[in-house]
Amino acid sequence: MSMLIRLAARSAWNRRFTLGLILLAIALSTTLLLGIERIRHDVRESFSQSVSGTDLVVGARTSSVQLMLYAIFHIGGATNNIGWDSAQKLAHNPAVAWTIPLSLGDSHRGFPVLATNGDYFTHFHYGDKQPLRFTAGQPFHNVFQTVLGADVAHQLHYKIGDKITLSHGSGDAHLTEHADKPFVISGILANTGTPVDRTVHIGLDAMEAIHLDWEGGAPIKGLMIPSEMVKKFDLTPKTVTAVLVGLKNRASVFALQRDIADDKDDPQMAVLPGVALDELWQVVGIGEKVLLAVSGMVVVVGLAGLVSSILASLGERRRELAILRSVGAHPIDIFFLLALEGFVVMLVGVLLGIVLLNVVILLLGPFLTSEFGITLHPALPTKEELLLLLWTVIGGLMASLLPGLRAYRLSLSDGLTPKV
Amino acid sequence: MSEAVINVENVSFSWPGQSAPTLQMDAFKVERQDQVFIAGPSGSGKSTLLALIGGIVVPQRGTIAILGTELHSISASARDQFRVDHIGFIFQQFNLIPYLSILDNVLLPCQFSRYRRQRALAQGTTLRSAAESLLRSLDLAPALWSRPVTQLSIGQQQRVAAARALIGQPEIIVADEPTSALDADRQQRFLDLMQRECEQACSTLLFVSHDQRLASRFSHRLALNELNHAAHLEDQV
Repeated sequence: MSMLIRLAARSAWNRRFTLGLILLAIALSTTLLLGIERIRHDVRESFSQSVSGTDLVVGARTSSVQLMLYAIFHIGGATNNIGWDSAQKLAHNPAVAWTIPLSLGDSHRGFPVLATNGDYFTHFHYGDKQPLRFTAGQPFHNVFQTVLGADVAHQLHYKIGDKITLSHGSGDAHLTEHADKPFVISGILANTGTPVDRTVHIGLDAMEAIHLDWEGGAPIKGLMIPSEMVKKFDLTPKTVTAVLVGLKNRASVFALQRDIADDKDDPQMAVLPGVALDELWQVVGIGEKVLLAVSGMVVVVGLAGLVSSILASLGERRRELAILRSVGAHPIDIFFLLALEGFVVMLVGVLLGIVLLNVVILLLGPFLTSEFGITLHPALPTKEELLLLLWTVIGGLMASLLPGLRAYRLSLSDGLTPKV
Repeated sequence: MSEAVINVENVSFSWPGQSAPTLQMDAFKVERQDQVFIAGPSGSGKSTLLALIGGIVVPQRGTIAILGTELHSISASARDQFRVDHIGFIFQQFNLIPYLSILDNVLLPCQFSRYRRQRALAQGTTLRSAAESLLRSLDLAPALWSRPVTQLSIGQQQRVAAARALIGQPEIIVADEPTSALDADRQQRFLDLMQRECEQACSTLLFVSHDQRLASRFSHRLALNELNHAAHLEDQV
């Protein structure tokens, strides 16, 4: 047996160039498979970690998915708001520890503007109950100050003290600017991998202030209230889009949810973020399945390459196998030689793929993070990934039995003089 | 009485998928230490006869006994073992495994056969020295031994193959057109060496060739296309 292994090794070394190419092909397939798998995992992770520590999301009655989309992901718009008094009532509910009122609608160069208050920076958590951190500056204290998410600052090259103007509405097309009331950047948040990174934060009072001289979505003709004057007005909002609620005791979550749904004065609803996120993932998760299918096909293609090149080399090796037969090798030995080679090439290819992936992540990681917001870390394969790789290797083993089987048959039918 | 080393009786064989037999032979006998010239033009069933003697395949009818062992009576695995234990093969060309050194090529049968290994060790103190003395007596100078086998001339390669066939002194050496790739002068020299070494090792030599000029050197001559009744049926390859 050990003699056969030595023979296989020397035979493989003799064909190292061809085998090297196969090895590379398998390594690349593995890298791709693992890379896609990791991105898939990270996307799901960052999705489910976009909000944490929030017990309820409260908004006007709509679908829970819709509410999550605009309250957490700042996508789309709310059809209805809830009254400020409802938000206040919620804040004073004895079961409630904290609330974060949110108001959406404006944008800055494609990034959504979120109006909130200082509580946002203390109570909003993401990921594994991580709080927001500032890389520079501090929360807004004056009306016309703003705090930018990491991506906004990075992509638009903003720094503390820069002035920006907001647009009314969202999107890119011909929005009316709140050009008369520029905002000064007071703080920039650290990267979170969540929608926060792509958000421009202002105060609720600022949201009121920029819309003082507006009516029905357009500036009122002839009325111009300069920035210095807005403090003379009552800047308490009349409505908010949604409220994030943290409870003193999580056990009261269902009772409060029911109370909110039963409110006769203001039709509203409360959803549990975890449940709603799962629902939302069902919708966007199709992409995940497509990715998995793609990576599966990548592996199949890699294996097909392995089998076809070993099969192709069989023609050249028939003479070699006949010589081995003449000196006493059993057909099963021949089979073993080929199967062993296929298996080892597969195994080494997969290991090489793991190394390659980590090298790629190390080299391209910063680029991926800054350009696509995908954060990948070099790491050993997780248990799931190992399982996936195990199946790949098993697949490779099966695939390498094919050429082995053909060699077995040939060595039986060729006799000692291959007909080639 | 001299014992028959190879005894073929009433044999009929056809390869899988072929309706007509490739080889049909009434009787064919080779005595111990005999040196037999078998004239085997293509289409005479030469490869088939060698596969049958080597126990790679077994006849559908009749018996082949090698050294008194009827090959069809033992398992395929035992036949593989039997082959390496008792028969050394030399082919027309490309005899050597390109990725093994000359010595490793020569020692291959000892890797697969304990019997051959023990007999080789009886010859020299180590397997290596047994192989080396064989190479020397086959006119292969030590300077060549470290070369990759692919850098050897065809004549040198054939002599390495002969050393591999001879190591461990198998009872039978089967040489399948071993000289057809050599020029006339080297053919004679190769044959000289082969016949001498077989005599020394007390091995029976089965020398298959289509080259009648070499036949005169053998006392025992056979024509395969006369022995094989099915010879005319096989396609000309």
